[in-house]
Amino acid sequence: MDRRDFIKKSIQAGIILGSANSIGRHFNLFASQTPYPSNNYDLAAIKGGEPDVMFDKAIESLGGMKAFVKKGQKVVVKPNIGWDVVPEKAANTNPILVKRIVQHCYEAGAKEVYVFDNTCDDWKRCYSNSGIERAVKDAGGKMVSGDSERYYQKVDVKQGKKLTSTKVHELILDSDVFINVPILKHHSSTDLTIAMKNLMGNVWDRRYWHANNLHQCIADFTSFKKPDLNIIDAYYVMKRNGPRGVSKADVVLMKSQIISTDIVAADAAAAKLFGTEPEDISYIKLAAEMNLGEMDLSRLNINRIIL
Amino acid sequence: MNLAKLKKIRVYVALLFFVITLLLFLDIIHLIPARLTPYLLYFQFVPSAVKFFNQYSLLATGFLIVLILTFLFGRIYCSSVCPLGTLQDIISRVAITLKKNKLYQMFRDFKLLKYSILTVTILSLFSGSMILLNLLDPFSLAGKIFSNVFRLLLIPFNNLAALTLEQFNIYRVYPIELKALSWIAISFSSIVLLIIGIMSFTNGRLFCNTVCPVGTLLGLTSRLSLFKIKIEETDCSGCGVCETVCKAGCIDNEKKKIDFERCVNCFNCFTVCPSNGIVYKKSLPSFSNNKKTATDFDKRKFFTRLFIGVIGLSEFLRAQVKVIPKKKSTVPVIIELYPSPPGSESVERFYSNCTACHLCVAACPTHVLQPSFLEHGFFNILQPFMDNAAAYCTFECIRCTEVCPTGALLPLTVEKKTKVQIGKTIFVKENCIVETEGTECGACSEHCPTKAVIMVPYKNNIKIPEVKNEYCVGCGACEYACPTIPYKAIYVEGNLIHQIAEVAPQERLQQEIDYKEEFPF
Repeated sequence: MDRRDFIKKSIQAGIILGSANSIGRHFNLFASQTPYPSNNYDLAAIKGGEPDVMFDKAIESLGGMKAFVKKGQKVVVKPNIGWDVVPEKAANTNPILVKRIVQHCYEAGAKEVYVFDNTCDDWKRCYSNSGIERAVKDAGGKMVSGDSERYYQKVDVKQGKKLTSTKVHELILDSDVFINVPILKHHSSTDLTIAMKNLMGNVWDRRYWHANNLHQCIADFTSFKKPDLNIIDAYYVMKRNGPRGVSKADVVLMKSQIISTDIVAADAAAAKLFGTEPEDISYIKLAAEMNLGEMDLSRLNINRIIL
Repeated sequence: MNLAKLKKIRVYVALLFFVITLLLFLDIIHLIPARLTPYLLYFQFVPSAVKFFNQYSLLATGFLIVLILTFLFGRIYCSSVCPLGTLQDIISRVAITLKKNKLYQMFRDFKLLKYSILTVTILSLFSGSMILLNLLDPFSLAGKIFSNVFRLLLIPFNNLAALTLEQFNIYRVYPIELKALSWIAISFSSIVLLIIGIMSFTNGRLFCNTVCPVGTLLGLTSRLSLFKIKIEETDCSGCGVCETVCKAGCIDNEKKKIDFERCVNCFNCFTVCPSNGIVYKKSLPSFSNNKKTATDFDKRKFFTRLFIGVIGLSEFLRAQVKVIPKKKSTVPVIIELYPSPPGSESVERFYSNCTACHLCVAACPTHVLQPSFLEHGFFNILQPFMDNAAAYCTFECIRCTEVCPTGALLPLTVEKKTKVQIGKTIFVKENCIVETEGTECGACSEHCPTKAVIMVPYKNNIKIPEVKNEYCVGCGACEYACPTIPYKAIYVEGNLIHQIAEVAPQERLQQEIDYKEEFPF
């Protein structure tokens, strides 16, 4: 909460400084002292580079990882590691991106960086064949199992309409910073899986969601704990046969990435990138209606970077 | 050669085999590469023999070497290789330590019992039923004990360690979730352990010389052994120490005779004999001087009767194991034929080659393989079945086919495995969330690795599953993921004979991406 207040205040400070800036152009003295650069972007979209290069540029434009991770903090990074497939099949988040994120966290002073997912396929094979286990270990992060109910603690989802309580992985509950790193891809039942849908890997019992209005449950759970940062991997994008995919023929090389603190905005932008209107994805609409974020991209300050 | 040294060598060899076998079953985090298993279990008699007769593979010649060794020196297998034998030795050892002075003595030979068991077991095999071998083979019994008792006891310790370390933010040791427990397998294995425990605690290798069909078979073979352990009457002082250390109870000090058929080649007697009265001696097979006695005649009559009886029984068994698929039913879901695991080629082939050692159960990463109760029918009790309620078969995993020591599951390459159809999917629309709740679900289609289950447009703009069985491999992912209770809306029905699934045609997506183009927002 303290950190959130801090961010809020710094944003306010940024606005004041920004307006001061517009009044007198020589007021640059304070600009360098704020944790944010003077341009307060709500969302950064980048394309045309490798996953790590794009991340470097995009996160820099949002003030760098130090804007989100403070010294000594415990960070949990939650990629999509749902399937026992190789990175080129684009069912899991790109390992190069995950590695870069973990490195940035440590550079920003993180005490520890944990990575986990409650996978669909056998978790050990998913961790290994997705390339994420290797990538995280190389960057000094720790892979944690999501495969045991013992790690999950029961919580109430206060704003939930269908999902009112669920069991959530302790890393999500205990960490200081929660970074959500989904991959953008087609999904057989929800059309698209992006940032909000990726949070399904934080809970133990997914069957309940499927049995109780999947779209509403996705929106409900988003209200429980919103990630501090959403980094959407759209380097390889699975355009059909999602979420698992059948072969590499399902995949298009889009070389894109979207970063935002606003999970609804991030999903809306990614949907557009995919070629779908955000309002056509039920859970995005439901989440916007629950005021969990901004679906209307025209109301956001977007930094568009083309490499 | 100093014969006393033989015992030391035997102990080391036995411990080596025992530890290797035990580790294979207790490897809960799957550190040992599965492909090493055939080499590590090469000498295990029954798995090797079963594999030999179904595969004629070079890797299945271990039992022949055991037989040759038996022809040369007697039942080397029983005290050096057999994991159940060493388990009994460990228990006997504990018993001796506890009981201090009460050691072994000659005990009677349960000829009728042991020959009956062996004969019935062999004849039941000819009839195509594995049930007796499943219940009696020492390797498979050891496997069942290791997998269903020791492994299950190890998991709580692992989990306790994991949760303790977790307090210190160490996640390297992870808890293992038991997704299913086979109570029948646990009960059976515990009872076997108890019975064998009591037998070995009181009477050493009693089990091996009364119940174990492998012991009896190798015993018969050892009658022909080239070298036999004998008491040299001229050198024997008649002190009788050898009889007190004989686990098999086959030394008769009074008559200065060793019943070599029951000798398990533990070599304990060599180490204690103070006068070199026990020797390994070349002995020619002595059929000719077999005096025809009344007992021999009875034995022959007994075998004839037994043979006739068993033929009848085997016919009965054969009638039982025939797989007859029943008629299809809808809600509630009743699976008529559980699929046999990948690599088994057909349900019947699986039934007639699996000895239920449960190594695949221990090796399966998702625990979809569980010991069966009646899923495969009573006569195939304890053979593993695909428990899709607990988990599903990982698409590109071939572990069970790599570890199977009997060849019931033949090795498959990943390439082949992903095309083997062990069963087909049946969709029960009346049970489906999309139908009953009118909301999106699609958990089945999500999990399907081949897109044999796809989502197609249905009422009110939502999508409902549709099954294309030509692409289905029967992995059960859809069944596992399906959230409906108590009956699933989608499930797998086994194939009698495994088939080859088609691969859904995949046209490469033609999408030109202009990386310099502006964002669509």
